[in-house]
Amino acid sequence: MLAIVLGRILRMVVVMFGISVVTFAIFFATPASDPAARIAGRNAAPETVEAVRKDFGLDRPLPVQYALMMKRLFITRDLTSFANRGQKIIPAIANAAPATLSLVTGAAILWMLGGIAAGIIAAATKGRWPDKILMGLSMAAVAMPVFWVGEMVNLVTQSRFHDTWAFSWVPPLGYAALSQDPWLWFKSLVFPWLTLALLNIGLYGRVLRTGIVETYQEDFIRTARAKGLPARKVLLKHATRSAIIPIVIMFGMDFGVLVGGAAVLTEVVFGINGVGRLTYQALKVLDLPMIMATVLYASFFVVIANAVVDMLCLAIDPRMRRA
Amino acid sequence: MTAIQPMDGRAAATREAPILSIRGLGVSFLGARGRWNRVVEGLSFDIAAGETVALVGESGSGKSVTAMSVMRLLDPATSRIEGQVTLDGHAVLDLDEAGMIRHIRGQAAAMIFQEPMTSLHPIYRVGDQIIEALTSHRPMPKAQARAEAVALLERVRIPNAAARIDDYPHAFSGGMRQRVMIAMALASRPQLLIADEPTTALDVTVQGEILDLLKDLQAEYGMAMLFITHDMGVVAEMADRTVVMYRGRAIEQGATAEIFARPREAYTRALLASVPVLGSMRGEPSPLRFPIVDLQTGIAGPALPLSGTPGRDTPLLDVRGLVTRFDVRGGLFNRRVARVHAVEDVSFSIFPGETLSLVGESGCGKSTTGKSIIRLNDRSQGSVRLGQEDLFSLPPEALRRRRRDIQMIPQDPLASMNPRMTVGAALVEPFREHGLGTTAKGGAKAAQLMEQVGLSPAMLDRYPHEFSGGQRQRICIARALMLDPRLIIADESVSALDVSVKAQVVNLLLDIQDRTGISYLFISHDIAVVERISHRIAVMYLGEIVEIGPRNEILERPQHPYTQRLIGAVTVPDPARRHLRRNQQIHELRTPVRPLDYLPPARRYAEVSPGHLVSVDGTAS
Repeated sequence: MLAIVLGRILRMVVVMFGISVVTFAIFFATPASDPAARIAGRNAAPETVEAVRKDFGLDRPLPVQYALMMKRLFITRDLTSFANRGQKIIPAIANAAPATLSLVTGAAILWMLGGIAAGIIAAATKGRWPDKILMGLSMAAVAMPVFWVGEMVNLVTQSRFHDTWAFSWVPPLGYAALSQDPWLWFKSLVFPWLTLALLNIGLYGRVLRTGIVETYQEDFIRTARAKGLPARKVLLKHATRSAIIPIVIMFGMDFGVLVGGAAVLTEVVFGINGVGRLTYQALKVLDLPMIMATVLYASFFVVIANAVVDMLCLAIDPRMRRA
Repeated sequence: MTAIQPMDGRAAATREAPILSIRGLGVSFLGARGRWNRVVEGLSFDIAAGETVALVGESGSGKSVTAMSVMRLLDPATSRIEGQVTLDGHAVLDLDEAGMIRHIRGQAAAMIFQEPMTSLHPIYRVGDQIIEALTSHRPMPKAQARAEAVALLERVRIPNAAARIDDYPHAFSGGMRQRVMIAMALASRPQLLIADEPTTALDVTVQGEILDLLKDLQAEYGMAMLFITHDMGVVAEMADRTVVMYRGRAIEQGATAEIFARPREAYTRALLASVPVLGSMRGEPSPLRFPIVDLQTGIAGPALPLSGTPGRDTPLLDVRGLVTRFDVRGGLFNRRVARVHAVEDVSFSIFPGETLSLVGESGCGKSTTGKSIIRLNDRSQGSVRLGQEDLFSLPPEALRRRRRDIQMIPQDPLASMNPRMTVGAALVEPFREHGLGTTAKGGAKAAQLMEQVGLSPAMLDRYPHEFSGGQRQRICIARALMLDPRLIIADESVSALDVSVKAQVVNLLLDIQDRTGISYLFISHDIAVVERISHRIAVMYLGEIVEIGPRNEILERPQHPYTQRLIGAVTVPDPARRHLRRNQQIHELRTPVRPLDYLPPARRYAEVSPGHLVSVDGTAS
């Protein structure tokens, strides 16, 4: 067990190191990315640019610059932005992370519950009306772009029907911190959660339904039926548990990626200042320290989520414990 | 239910009343374009308490469908069952799903299946699966259920049952898993045990153990048994009465001894004549074809022997000190943690026109030996000479050209053919690839070979899925012959085929050998077929050859304890041996996984008689 955990951590460090080097290299290979010129500002005199270059250590060899940046990011933790003078990177991310985490975690709970329920019900009623309706809805959910759904939701809840009894409770767009007002936090996140979860409910439902239907062809399902188990038990205990593994693996990927910033569309539509939005803004102005920090933050969550998923799979399927 | 009532009364009065009574059973499946296809028609038979009835027939004859109908395990959306099935006083076909669960499945009847490897749920402990079978019908405290499960595992003679109850199925070998399945079936103390090909997927020695176990348990529990099999040897050993099925109909039924001694129907006679019988070749100098039975008259023709005898001067293939090992990886950094000694110091030679058979149980390294010879895995050491050339020192391109001389016939013909290529294209491809002529010439040769293997050249335009299993194996043989090879490696090539088809394919292989003087390396676990086809036999155990010699020497005077056990386990289609027990010790199949620093001991062989060598030291059996 310890060996597995140590191996995981080692792998994570290697992955994050690789990602940071690639990010760094791509930045310096990008045309018009000269950080000195950007820091010095538009129309700055060449001498100013030179001075900035020296000040910020941008004239030193790239490996040294890389090492310095890592040191300021992880050890002294005082890395500052190239674009917004004086903006400290780490507090900026620390401020944005709770919003993203709240958004993605709530949505994840919704889409897991919704997806699993949809998949099981559809598989149990295969070929009949509940199955057809659920699969039609899930196809629609997968097909609708998340920003469009978000804007429609806003149109309904914030503008057209905001003053009716149904939506008057919906607070204005934006994120409210959980620590300050939990009720407001919940109210302001209900629709972002639903919006973000919708696509995955459809996707997960379809995958799980297919998995269960396939598992029903297995010999061990025949054994379970032959020994006289009720249909419910065969479905929930014998078929679903084997079919859920692909869902768990998908979940790890999706959760990690979304926490890392891929929820940007939802964040923008609902005015939530999360990590996705932060990354997007940093990319627009080619702000290397911010890009570097957000990319590492994202990769950290992807790797962690994958490790957790691996452990979950080991718990679900003992066959994987051998290798 | 009114029809059932008087039967219940009689069941109490006499012991003759059947446990299972099937009358006019008909089963149809929904086929393409909404048509219903009849797969079982007008089937009627009874099973009395404590009696064993065998359903025999070839694949597609409706045996398994019958069993599934009794348990009502077929999908009601795509199947229709007609007729009457009475099991333990219940009209099975009139019960609803809840009634089936309350009275039949896991209650009056239990079932075991062909594939023990896939019939247990892979992610639950075997103990929990047995406990589930116990508690789903009889609520009981956890501790009691567990104690009963341990008792059941002991009943099916699983060593160290109290500890193994917490293992997962993957920690058990095939035979042990089948024992777990049997334990699960016994959980409800059923009156009827339905065994659907329970030993077909198992090794011979394990098959013997399972058959013995079933006989013992039947005596202990007084169960009736519906035993489904295609193996006449198993029928003879297990069944009081036999029902022979052919295309969904019972064409003959009666006492097993009667059917074996005086089969009435031509089909039954043909079936019995195609069954390879170990020991039937005593005193025959060369391999014998199976006698051909005329399906109209049911009269068997003579069994023709091979006309030629293999040369004895220079071997065609000479294998010396062949070693193949695979690494087992694991732990931190995926290091090597152990090694599988799949093939260890194997030496043999094959002469022109000769058939050498490699026999042994699954995992003994016989297939790996076949693959290593043509370097399909690049981890082998030793020397393999084909004629004058050492295959192991050839550069890749030269080796590719040499492969022309050695062709393979696979075990699973469907899996080894590209489903998107016509049979003709698959046959001509190697011919063109080796530059043997134009496509037209290849096509002509393919047509000629199709005729030789008993198929029509017009079939060359079809795709593999349009053929039956036996036809596909013929196509694979034709494909192997396209390159005029000198040696064919037949890896379990007839194991998956029905008996009558198996006999035809063996005859075909012998015809080809007679005509072309080709040599075979025949890899098989089926010793009765091996006896038919081989000149010499090599017995493999845990990656090593423990005994090698002429066919009659090995089979009539086996020296090595493992060879003796292997031969003793073969079922014989002779109902007189029905009450014999083998009384073999249970053994788990061992695997040749060794620690990294393991040095295989040098083996010495004693020559018992000319050409008959036996490993003399240290091979545990």
